[in-house]
Amino acid sequence: MSASTEALRAEGIVKTFGHVTALDGVSMHVARGEMLGILGDNGAGKSTLMKILTGYHRPTSGQMFVNGAPVSLGSVDHARTFGIECVYQDLALVNGLSIYHNLFLNREILRPGPFRLLDHRAMRRHAEAALADIGVNIPSVDLEVGALSGGQRQAIAVARAVASNARILLLDEPLAAMGAREAGLIIGLIERLKARGDIAIVMIAHNYAQTLEICDRVMLMQHGEVTFESRAAETSPTELLEIVRREYRAARVG
Amino acid sequence: MAAEKTAAAGGPAQAGPRSGLFGRLHDFLLRPEASVIVVAVILVIYFQFTNVNFLTNANLETLSQFIAAPVIIACGEIMLLICREIDLSVGQVFALAPFVMERAYDIGLPVVPAIVAALLVCALIGYVIGLITIRLSVPSFITTLGMLFLITGVTLTISRGFPANTPGGKLLTNIMGNWGYAEMVWALGIVVVMHIVLRHTRWGLHTIATGGNVVAAAESGIDCDRIRMGNFILTSTLGGFAGLLEAFRIGSTDPLAGGSNIMFLGVASGVIGGTAIAGGTGTIIGGLVGGIVLGVLQDGFTLQGINAFTFDIIIGAAILLAMVANIHLARLRGAGQG
Repeated sequence: MSASTEALRAEGIVKTFGHVTALDGVSMHVARGEMLGILGDNGAGKSTLMKILTGYHRPTSGQMFVNGAPVSLGSVDHARTFGIECVYQDLALVNGLSIYHNLFLNREILRPGPFRLLDHRAMRRHAEAALADIGVNIPSVDLEVGALSGGQRQAIAVARAVASNARILLLDEPLAAMGAREAGLIIGLIERLKARGDIAIVMIAHNYAQTLEICDRVMLMQHGEVTFESRAAETSPTELLEIVRREYRAARVG
Repeated sequence: MAAEKTAAAGGPAQAGPRSGLFGRLHDFLLRPEASVIVVAVILVIYFQFTNVNFLTNANLETLSQFIAAPVIIACGEIMLLICREIDLSVGQVFALAPFVMERAYDIGLPVVPAIVAALLVCALIGYVIGLITIRLSVPSFITTLGMLFLITGVTLTISRGFPANTPGGKLLTNIMGNWGYAEMVWALGIVVVMHIVLRHTRWGLHTIATGGNVVAAAESGIDCDRIRMGNFILTSTLGGFAGLLEAFRIGSTDPLAGGSNIMFLGVASGVIGGTAIAGGTGTIIGGLVGGIVLGVLQDGFTLQGINAFTFDIIIGAAILLAMVANIHLARLRGAGQG
């Protein structure tokens, strides 16, 4: 893959919390229009990696590159300026707020004038357009997010990232705890985003079959390291499972 | 009732485009303030019916003076409750502020700068509460419980336990609370400003987000600690301001003014008005109407000659009833989790 389409690269990322090494030299890359799946068990370091990519945590050592240029992300807001947006597992949505307030949380549209008042009308209009743009069907953007289903909430969370001009979209377990129909809704949404070709997507997941189905490339993480990497078409859930099983056996013997 | 109009006009007109009288009534009843507004109207009708003196100018003035301070305090507490904090010491700041003004005046400051100095000290107290709560991770319930005793001690020390006369000329004294409705005008002004802050500024939205889902708020880049800190400072300052108004109204400072009683009236106004004690949702207009309900109950029963013991029983029952209505209306709205 040529450097010109490469959206995000991380080299030798190490992250320690006190005596615990959460990430031990992880490298990854993803290109525009490509979708990378990161698999691994709980505690493998997937979420820590995600939080480093979004600027939530700073790596202990290692280097990140956006569009080939080295960057050091100081905060979530800073990462945003590079088009890095994350949709978290715990759904960064506020139940008590409406859909449109959630879509614009911390990047509200303000009315002109000295009082910096919220422009509810403009946010409502943009929210409707943003949802229509990616094919998410919701009766009204005035609905409180707490009243929506899990799939709808996930879709709103993805829409929020896309609406804020995400170039690098990070999805943390987007299909977790979702029924087939709900998951179908999100998979459809992800496919439409991929088809646009201008967004690089990184997805964290547990489910091997689902991940291989929708990702172009997958990476397996175990105890803070990348232990396997492949094009999705060239591997299978069986092979991935075998690698994990081998690891368990080694651990038991050790 | 003015509050009713405001609530209905600000209703979710765009949400469910219900037409007709029943549709609008339905939309109105789903608002968190709805039950308390209905209660307030019923109470006013009841007391006017049983006592013709209720809606007289003299009584309305008394009523407004009883309502104003708790409503001002409620405006701060509502913001704190929404972001899942509370300030138990605001009633003590209420008592302290006039004495700070007094001392500042004594050492040679003109009255207005002395008032400003008092408010700055109150803001500083809010800042200290915020520091202890946020930086040292002490729950605000505990932090402010400690401050409650601490500030009482400070007030008694600097006042030596004696009241003093408030300084200032007639005009200033009138503006600051001595004119019959001055306190209520201030309270209404603060309600309007705080309603706008809560509903129409980033600060209000971020306060709701901080209380509703602190992880989500932080992940979207909101500085939740800053929001909390700001609301602690706001609450203490409003508490001190209410205390100053009260002192100017009476014409003297009282080391035993306010206290936990006025703090609880403020919190109760907010909660009765529809602010969730668990955070994430609240309404300033509801806090105003909640304060009116408590004031009307107190004043109405006083006119009827019901004694203070009975009054406490009624207030307690009113709070419980309001909470039951509050929770069940919220369930009806389907705004609960999941």
